[in-house]
Formats: sequence, structure tokens, C-alpha cells
Amino acid sequence: MIEVDGVTHRYGDRTVLRSVSVTLTEQRVGVIGANGSGKSTFARLLNGLVLPTTGSVTVDGLSTRGRSGAEVRRSVGFVFTDPDAQILMPTVAEDVAFGLRGLPPSSVASRVAEALSSFGLDGHADHPAHLLSGGQKQLLALCSVLVTEPKVLVCDEPTTLLDLRNTRRILALLADLPQRVVLVTHDLDAVLAMDRVLVFDEGRIVFDGVPAAAVDFYVDLASR
Amino acid sequence: MLTGAYVPGRSVVHRAPAGAKLAVLAVACTALVFARTPLWVGVAGAVVVALYVLARVGRRAAWGQLRPLRWLVVVLMVIQVLVADLPTAVTLTARLVLAVALAALVTLTTRTTDLMAALERGLRPFRRLGVDPARVSLLMSLALRSVPVVAGIAGRIREARWARGRERSVRAFAVPLVVGVLRHADAMGEALQARGLDD
Ligand SMILES: Nc1ncnc2c1ncn2[C@@H]1O[C@H](COP(=O)(O)OP(=O)(O)OP(=O)(O)O)[C@@H](O)[C@H]1O
Ligand SMILES: [Mg+2]
Repeated sequence: MIEVDGVTHRYGDRTVLRSVSVTLTEQRVGVIGANGSGKSTFARLLNGLVLPTTGSVTVDGLSTRGRSGAEVRRSVGFVFTDPDAQILMPTVAEDVAFGLRGLPPSSVASRVAEALSSFGLDGHADHPAHLLSGGQKQLLALCSVLVTEPKVLVCDEPTTLLDLRNTRRILALLADLPQRVVLVTHDLDAVLAMDRVLVFDEGRIVFDGVPAAAVDFYVDLASR
Repeated sequence: MLTGAYVPGRSVVHRAPAGAKLAVLAVACTALVFARTPLWVGVAGAVVVALYVLARVGRRAAWGQLRPLRWLVVVLMVIQVLVADLPTAVTLTARLVLAVALAALVTLTTRTTDLMAALERGLRPFRRLGVDPARVSLLMSLALRSVPVVAGIAGRIREARWARGRERSVRAFAVPLVVGVLRHADAMGEALQARGLDD
């Protein structure tokens, strides 16, 4: 369970989230809204990349603030929009192995091989990451995060830079995950498969409900 | 050069431990300093070529490593010929090329992870002086990973500048490059944090 309680967030003197409170228990939560409405800031709150100016965020009872913060970051995986920025190691296999630091080398090798093959990247293990296509890079980013077995996965526009085929591939992968997923996106079709959708506007949740109604509300809001 | 240069293989050179390769590289580069006659340089050259053949990395990969040196070689040759003579110019330049070729062979036949692990082990004695070996090797990996990213940023800026007909403006290159690199560093920091590496 993710609990966001009375969160206001400011960057300098600019308020980007205004007393947001929401409790998420669903397996699949979508987040939509205009550019600059605060979606990414909200997503970053969920794993403690951003700490709220006031209010609190807890994941399965652990606060993102203070000593439990590190554990929250470990249990909440995060996929960013730009795969180039999240691939941290020079080759494909090394990047996947990065999240497994501290485990014995033999079990790292087998888990990396397993993860790469389930993402169809097994032929690329020793390839330099920068030679992958955009879609493959995003697959790798997702793979590298999932290999650490997070309990929740937060994705901030993971398909924005991808073509139709790769978008579908990533969305299909996300749909099949056993983990809880929070998906921030501008893809209104993708959001229809969620259990619950939040609509953000100017730092507030202005709609919270089933996908079809949320999309209608958002479309309406945008054409006002 | 250097990044993602690893060519998978099972040759003797590939299978040699990374630490041993680094140690041999250090000794060989020192030895090259003392190879002052064309004869010794020739011998050294033959050894390097033999090692490349043994490693079976292919001509393309080898040339890919040495190609960035070609202008430096020309400049060095010209200067040496002007200030000294042709044999001196050839031996001096050849020694430099051989040293780089050897270093390249190590990167071509060793995974970055293994190199970093060896480096980490090698740095352990310096822990007493406040050096954190794990941190140094992580920084090296991140730096290696950043080279193609920064090259990509530079390429996109060059194109954007071109598209707007400002291909000669240094400012229109430097400013977005610095901004782009800083933004990349920021995003990388965030990604590190998201993957559970808190600094
Ligand atoms: N690090 C930051 N420093 C200052 N202001 C920021 C920072 N990050 C975001 N903002 C500002 O906060 C507001 C909300 O940004 P946020 O990225 O959360 O929006 P978003 O809904 O994700 O938008 P988009 O759809 O464009 O991704 C914006 O006005 C933005 O300029
Ligand atoms: Mg955003």
C-alpha cells in the first residue's frame, strides 16, 4: 500500500504539488495530466527520489524519509523516460549485474543470463549499451530494474521515446508483471488497461477513478 | 576509443586474468621506454602483432582502436623529423603507437567488470590513504559509460547548429554541450539513487 498524505511540494518558491493525499492499493495505477501538472514530481515522491516539502509518503508502512528511505528505494523500482540516462554501465550484461552488487558472482551471472533472456536481450550480453536501439535500451533499463525484484514499479513515461512496436512490447511486459505498477503516461490507450487512474492538473489530483471516466475528464479538461 | 571495445573470445589472451594483463601492460610500457634502437622497436612490434594474432580480435577492431591516433602520429613524425632525424622519429612514434596498441589489446580482450575488479584489488593497499577502491572503480565505469552519451549529445548539437545555419559558432556548441552534459550527470545521479546506490 502506498500512502501519500497531505503532500505539498515546492521547488524553491514554486509550488508544484498542493496538498495531495491518496492511498494506492491497486495493482495497476495510471497517472495522466498536462505538461507541468506535477506527474513526474508525484512519481519521484513514491520512491523517495523527491522528499515532500510538507506531508509524508509511506510504502508498505515505510516512510520515504529518514532511515527507512533506503529500504523504500530498494523496494520501489523506477524507470525513467530517457534510457540513455539510466543505463549506467558500459555493456548490457554489466548494467543488469549492477543492481546485484554484493551477491556471489556465480549467482549474479545466472540471474543476469535469465533476466536478459526473458527480455530477448540474450544475444546482446557483451554488446556496448550505446549500440542498442532506443527500444532495446528501454528494455534493458526495465530489465536492469526488475532484476532487483522490486515490490512496486514506478514508470515515468517509459514509452514516450519509442515507436509503436516497442511501446506495445514494453506495455505488454508491464501488464504481465506480478509487481504493482504506477504508470505515468501521455498514452491514453495505455491507461485504459489500468485499475485506477489519477488525473493531475496544476499540482492537484482533479480526478480519481476508473480509466474510461478519467480519460473523458482529462480530454474535457484539455479542450476547455 | 576505449568504450565498449570488448570483443568476446576464448583466446589465451582473453582468458588471462585481468590483473595479470594490467601488470604485464605496466611492465611492457616501461620496457618500451628503454627500447631505443630500431632493432628493439622492431622486436617489440613483432611481439605486439603476435599478441594481436593470438587474441584473434580481428583487424577491424584493432584498427578501430588505433585510428584515433593517426593525426597525432603524423604530427609527431613531422616534428621529430624536423628537430632530429628520420630513424629517431620512427622509433619514437612507433613506441608510442605500440604502447597504445598494447593498452587497447587489454581493453579489447577484457570485460570492463573484470578490469574494474582488478583495479579495485590493486587499489586496496591505498585504502589506508583514504582511497575507496570500490568507489574509484564505479567512477571509472560511469565515466566509460558516459563517453558515448556525451559524444551523442555533441553530435545532436552539431546537427541542430547545422540545421539553423550556425555551423561555425563556438558558443552555439559549447553552451548547449555544457548544459547537456550537466543534465546527463544529474539524470545519472538520479538513476544511481533509484537503483539503491546512495552517496
Ligand atoms: N528540479 C526542478 N526544479 C525546479 N522546478 C522543477 C523541477 N522539476 C520540475 N519542476 C517544475 O515543477 C512543475 C511540475 O513538473 P513535473 O515534471 O512534475 O511535471 P509533469 O506533469 O511531469 O510534466 P510533463 O508531462 O511535461 O513531464 C513544472 O512547472 C516544472 O517546471
Ligand atoms: Mg514528467
